[in-house]
Amino acid sequence: MQNHFQEIYNVLPLVLVACGVFLSVVIEIGSVKSEKILPWFSVLVFLGTSLFSVFNLNNCGTAYNNMLSYGGNVFIFYSLFNLAAALTVLSSMEYIKKYGSYFGEYYILLLSSVLGMMLMAGARDLFMVFIGLELMSICFYVLAGINRKKQNANEASLKYFLLGSFATGFVVYGIALIFGTAHTTSLEVIVSNFGSLSHNLLFVTGMLLFLVGFSFKIAAFPFHMWVPDVYQGSATTVSGLMSTGGKAAAFSVLLIALGAVFPGNAANVFRPYFAAIAAFSMLYGSIVAISQNNLKRMLAYSSIAHAGYMAIGLAAGNRESVAGIMFYLVAYTFMNLGAFGIIAMVEGADDTNLELKDYIGLSQRHPLLSALMALFMFSLSGLPPFAGFFGKYYVFISAIKADLTWLAILGVVSSVISVYFYLRVIVYMYFKEPEPEALPVHNNANGVLAVVISAILVVMFGIFPGTLINLITSYLR
Amino acid sequence: MIEQYIPIFLVIGVSVVFSMAVIASSKLFGPQRPDSEKLSTYESGMKPVGGVRERISIKYYLVAMLFIVFDIEVIFVYPWGVEFKKLLGEQGISALVPMIIFLVVLELGYLYVYKKGGLKWD
Amino acid sequence: MNLIPIEYYLILSAFMFAVGVTGVLIRKNAIVVFMCIELMLNSGNLALVAFSSYMGSSAGQIFVFFVMTVAAAEAAVGLAIIIAIFRNKLTVNIDEINIFKW
Repeated sequence: MQNHFQEIYNVLPLVLVACGVFLSVVIEIGSVKSEKILPWFSVLVFLGTSLFSVFNLNNCGTAYNNMLSYGGNVFIFYSLFNLAAALTVLSSMEYIKKYGSYFGEYYILLLSSVLGMMLMAGARDLFMVFIGLELMSICFYVLAGINRKKQNANEASLKYFLLGSFATGFVVYGIALIFGTAHTTSLEVIVSNFGSLSHNLLFVTGMLLFLVGFSFKIAAFPFHMWVPDVYQGSATTVSGLMSTGGKAAAFSVLLIALGAVFPGNAANVFRPYFAAIAAFSMLYGSIVAISQNNLKRMLAYSSIAHAGYMAIGLAAGNRESVAGIMFYLVAYTFMNLGAFGIIAMVEGADDTNLELKDYIGLSQRHPLLSALMALFMFSLSGLPPFAGFFGKYYVFISAIKADLTWLAILGVVSSVISVYFYLRVIVYMYFKEPEPEALPVHNNANGVLAVVISAILVVMFGIFPGTLINLITSYLR
Repeated sequence: MIEQYIPIFLVIGVSVVFSMAVIASSKLFGPQRPDSEKLSTYESGMKPVGGVRERISIKYYLVAMLFIVFDIEVIFVYPWGVEFKKLLGEQGISALVPMIIFLVVLELGYLYVYKKGGLKWD
Repeated sequence: MNLIPIEYYLILSAFMFAVGVTGVLIRKNAIVVFMCIELMLNSGNLALVAFSSYMGSSAGQIFVFFVMTVAAAEAAVGLAIIIAIFRNKLTVNIDEINIFKW
């Protein structure tokens, strides 16, 4: 019995969020005031889980017959997901009211999608990877179309659903082949036999199918078709979480599944694959984003480009690149959530106020928001001293150490290209004559709070990047 | 390898030939006096009503969706049921706990559907 | 017991997978596309079961349980999404679902 409780304590973050899902359904059923209770309840659950994870980083190990692992970098991921979700809920509170009707299931689905992400990050077995992936994806399909009366949302949801489950098909078939050749679903065993297995063509095929499935989820180049449409069509706050939490969860799985590559125990047979998707995603994302006038769509293309930068780390495949990718994910999460949070506040009802021209003169209408938006844009484009710069720096350094200098140079080139469209937003906000009929931006305390917290984190990780990177490195075996 | 399948092909061939022969012989030799009563659809004695290609109310889809979810979840009860005696011997009464949690979560989903009016017909 | 060699199952499952992928790429009706996706999942299931019985380990078959339940949940969500879009646009042809273009 003692053992049971110890094991539950070890995976308590998962238990907390699962209980949160359960209780939020009960609240939604039982209370007429659930509209007021649920948002704050979910913020409470997310913050509690996040804090618990941060304070228990040193309690490392695996639980439930090597199904899940806890502590260390897994808990860093847990607290990242939960913090991101808490910020998303904060900016959703006012945003959801723009739809005119109340959807209680919104918060329930957010909670369960975060549970899915956590299962993915903590997984040590292909079972858990699959269940977490599906829990997250199915919730996102629904969240994308949460405003079911609007055609845009319907379309985004349908596209995401069809392509997302297409990717699931690849993952399942890949897992089948991996299981058939490795004779197990335990990632621990697969990783330790990776070197000998990678001579088996069937195993490599299975692994490639698996990686293709996850390339859909991280929104990398040849598998990116859904990204712009889905980010544009779904609710802005949801796009924020999909592009940050969803991407981070998919990357966490890739880091685990390729675990043998990073300490150098096995040759990185997938290097050409990752190098190709990295190069194409960076350039494609940065170049196409230039021609976008819709801010959500622009950020969607920038999200493809950022997936490319992170994939450089996967191609490099050394210890530095793991730390680099994780740092990048943390930085990207907060700067992108901040940018989406501001877009959600500026956005009017019925998908208005999303174009670049609607941001003309924002510096006079709302100085705080435009200053923060400028900060996020600087960070996204990778200018120092913000967190985005160090994310790119660590990943590029790891690529140079792995003799992939050409990839690092390509990364720098596409970062330079991307500066153009990020800074264009700032130019529109500050240096263009405002139009008189511009829509006002309403103050909303919770949304501003979320954006300010993200901004503080972006600046903090930009000024003290060493703390986080040392922490992550210390947990790498 | 292939010769193992010869009996199967034989059976297929015989059954095709036999059934065609029966139908053909009844057409050839039997008396044929069709009337409207005989040609209408056979519905076990009931009078046939309407066509088969009618559009169905969208409400059925909701029920169908809910049915799929709750029906498939039962799949998890079977392996547990098969192993239950063994589990009971090993863990005692606490073998029931995981299944109770599972069923409670499932029932909560049902309750949610009920409360949200998913089962209302009109 | 192992009358049929495992390669046959694998070839069949690879064929099913290919049919599913082709169907997703060329069909126009959202429901049919979704059915092709289910075919892909089932080809994975077939391979899992074949490997599982070949190796004498039940892990693969348990995995199939999970894939099936997840596919059911996906089917429910997918049907709901398709119904929602049909109510708004009166079509499920994915060529006509084209508000967003780059």
